[in-house]
Amino acid sequence: MRQGILSLVSGTLFGAGLAVSGMIDPARVRAFLDVAGAWDPTLAFVMGGAILPMAIAWFIARRRSAPIVAEQFHTPATSPIDTRLIGGAALFGIGWGLVGLCPGPAIAALAIQPAPALLFIAAMALGAAIHRFALTPRRSA
Amino acid sequence: MPGFPHAMPLAGFIGGLMIGIAAAIMLLGNGRIAGVSGMFARVLGLSEGGAPWTIALLFTAGLPLGAALAAANLDVEARFPTSLGLIAVAGLIVGIGTRLGAGCTSGHGVCGLSRLSPRSIVATGTFMATGIATVTLMRLAGVTL
Repeated sequence: MRQGILSLVSGTLFGAGLAVSGMIDPARVRAFLDVAGAWDPTLAFVMGGAILPMAIAWFIARRRSAPIVAEQFHTPATSPIDTRLIGGAALFGIGWGLVGLCPGPAIAALAIQPAPALLFIAAMALGAAIHRFALTPRRSA
Repeated sequence: MPGFPHAMPLAGFIGGLMIGIAAAIMLLGNGRIAGVSGMFARVLGLSEGGAPWTIALLFTAGLPLGAALAAANLDVEARFPTSLGLIAVAGLIVGIGTRLGAGCTSGHGVCGLSRLSPRSIVATGTFMATGIATVTLMRLAGVTL
């Protein structure tokens, strides 16, 4: 129950932050990537603002044995840097550059531009399904 | 901002702080990474492991709720390209890429960089580079959205 409330609070604050920062606007995000054109550095300020509290949060997390309302931290294992990571990130960047949308802003934009946001999200779901059923290595027994 | 008429450094920084505090609430409260691509796949039942379904659903549902609350109080623009085909293709590529690369701008960019995770540093550098390359190639080819 408390975990659910915190999740909703976190998601809502995250979505509001995307809107306030202008990152919900695909044209603005593309303008950050457009270094040869009318470059808009806003995204760099957003990243700086977001990394600051998270760096403090990691500092606190390392000194705690458990989070506040859950039994343990579920932080990603330090798996190796491999071709899946680099290939996946490279693909993601191409899609991001094509229209200026990544998953968070696309979902948040449902509140502003529902039709094109929903189209992007549906295509993203299809992509996630293709990954799940065709690109996930089968675990040998 | 001098030289950059369209930049919003202050709004960007404040919005960024909100995003970072949101991710900090998820980490310190629930012990989870606020990575949107992972949460989204979890909501759809398309991920192995990850956050409990309810946590993923409530976090994901909060995103448009927060955007709506912000839009009720200030001007929020979301200028999408007009080509629906391009939006669909980009969404498909983002869907595959973020799952293959195990994260997007939130998981690798915000949560990973702040942890100085080598994987996230490599991933963020890579998607920034291909994002810039894509926009630059489109500019050189004369493509306007």
